[in-house]
Amino acid sequence: MSQSVPGDEVLTAEHVTKHFTASRGGRFGRRRPPVRAVEDVSLSLTAGRITAMVGESGCGKSTVARLLAQIYPPTSGRILLHGRPVGRSRDYRRQVQMVFQDPFASLNPFHKVHYHLARPLKLHGHARTAAEVDEQVAELLERVSLTPVDQFMHKLPHELSGGQRQRVAIARALAVRPVALIADEPVSMLDVSIRLGVLRLLEQLAREENLALLYITHDIASARYFADDILVMYAGQLIEQGSSEKVTDDPAHPYTRLLLSAAPDPDRVEEHSDETTDHGEPPSLISPPSGCRFHPRCPVAMPTCSTTVPTRAQVADAHWTNCHLYDQASVDA
Amino acid sequence: MTEPETGTTTGTSTVAAEPVLSMRGLSVDYLTDTSPVHAVDDVTLELHRGEILGLAGESGSGKSTLANAVARLLKPPALVTAGEVLYHPAGGGPVDVLRMSPKALRKFRWRELSVVFQSAMNSLNPVSTVGAQIDDTLRAHDTTLTAAQRRERAVELLRRVGISADRVRSYPHELSGGMRQRAAIAIALALNPEIIIMDEPTTALDVVVQRDILREISALRREYGFAVVFITHDLSLLLSMADRIAVMYAGQLVEVGAARDVHDVPSHPYTHGLLHSFPKLRGPREELLGIPGTPPDLRDLPPGCPFHPRCRFAVDACAELTPALLEVHSGQYAACLAHDPASYGAPVPTELSGEGSGR
Repeated sequence: MSQSVPGDEVLTAEHVTKHFTASRGGRFGRRRPPVRAVEDVSLSLTAGRITAMVGESGCGKSTVARLLAQIYPPTSGRILLHGRPVGRSRDYRRQVQMVFQDPFASLNPFHKVHYHLARPLKLHGHARTAAEVDEQVAELLERVSLTPVDQFMHKLPHELSGGQRQRVAIARALAVRPVALIADEPVSMLDVSIRLGVLRLLEQLAREENLALLYITHDIASARYFADDILVMYAGQLIEQGSSEKVTDDPAHPYTRLLLSAAPDPDRVEEHSDETTDHGEPPSLISPPSGCRFHPRCPVAMPTCSTTVPTRAQVADAHWTNCHLYDQASVDA
Repeated sequence: MTEPETGTTTGTSTVAAEPVLSMRGLSVDYLTDTSPVHAVDDVTLELHRGEILGLAGESGSGKSTLANAVARLLKPPALVTAGEVLYHPAGGGPVDVLRMSPKALRKFRWRELSVVFQSAMNSLNPVSTVGAQIDDTLRAHDTTLTAAQRRERAVELLRRVGISADRVRSYPHELSGGMRQRAAIAIALALNPEIIIMDEPTTALDVVVQRDILREISALRREYGFAVVFITHDLSLLLSMADRIAVMYAGQLVEVGAARDVHDVPSHPYTHGLLHSFPKLRGPREELLGIPGTPPDLRDLPPGCPFHPRCRFAVDACAELTPALLEVHSGQYAACLAHDPASYGAPVPTELSGEGSGR
């Protein structure tokens, strides 16, 4: 099945940047400035490991997902698969697959489950005869726990619940036997009581089939629970990475701290403190703030933060952040 | 019973539990070509003056239908088939909202009860400025105000929800998602209502903005003393902000209680499952139980308790008897057979009784 060995670097992004430009000029033919959706992102996904990418809407996390899946090319930077640069080919699709947020939109409403799963099998040449197709479709449904398989095979998407649809989407991604799976908010459209099951399924697939899994989410608590590592993204840039426990128990970047303090926490008793009820919102990516993009909202911003872009600073073993607080030269100044 | 503390309104509500709105035996059906769908089934629930009542449930549980029934916003094919909704004005006898004349309803809406919807982009008029929309609301419901007073009030309201005065002339598309939702809250506050229904007001927002708005709502509530019905699918959000929590499943009310009590000892298996479905931010990684299966189809509900096919504590009787809402702890009610030992045929499971948890 999958050719990777646990611990192998499967999918790597090197200094990837994506700017979106409006296709036509603005009013009176003026050129519009680009949207700087993703700026200098480097990351790597490892076989058998779950990496979570956390950030607010508009921070560029879905753009990174689409760049990794080569849905569109980066403005600059490289995507490497098993250390080799790749192009947008069918072979790449066979190795890197995506699961999208909305299972109501990602399945064709006119086709049955069998069709959705048979198509990738045939297109990528994994099954040739009808009998082979049927056998493999059944096996896929089995793997995502949609049983009895004979029943689910002949259902249309509208006959399935959100969780079941998402399982079909996962099965479809698995049909081509990928080495990397990118799941973009796979459970945020699902009801709370069925999220857990879908996340467990993804976890099990990553572990048992040695998939390199990127789990993109806005929910840092679920990232802590399911992922081995967490990447935090803000305004198009990666600002912190570390093991899940490190990042959530001992966050380095002030934005990560803000994100954690804002996450719903049933065990926290809300006090009537005078803490501000306005922490601002993420900046525009057309003209992002100078220096550190978080400095206008940062409670501990220093003068240097508005002028100099922070570089990657090591906080601990395998835990880094882009923040001047951890950059000794800036703190001394 | 110890002497209640005074001067605080959070946690277990210590304010005298005086109702401002009571729903009694409320049922709402959606009429279809075949048989009607019972979207809300015999719900009895009270909203106390000045409290935040959290209404939690999954999609299709009937929480929004219930809120729309209370605000008289239901449209066909939805139909209230039974029950009453009593509004208790500050000084005066109760009035049945469901039997109000169109004229009385006009006076009731916005002066007594206002609504904040999930998507502020859809509830604000895109071609009218925020200030003009507050002005419209004031003019429609309070004819005594002069134009200058209305303008002053619009600025004041926006300031109260954290929007600067120069935004009065902004159109909704010029505001961020969080600011739009703040503007929608400002409009809801315009006539100082007794009750504000908030239907998933922060679901479309990011966590940081969400928490800011929740804190803003709490602060405004302390200042103005209105009661809030806060509808959400996210129980974890309610545990830290609501005074009391009501949980709905398949159109029925399955548990009601003080937020702390529900958090400490959920007495309905569904609530118990929900609380064990989302990972915690702190502490060791515990095994999450989750809830097996999927929510039922309202057109084809299982017999007996609608939750029994997914329930860890179900016994055979659960498929036959429909449990009634019973008081299981002071002020905490649950509709579960497990709290009725005679029908359950076994002692109450410790997970649901809080036995040994020190209460």
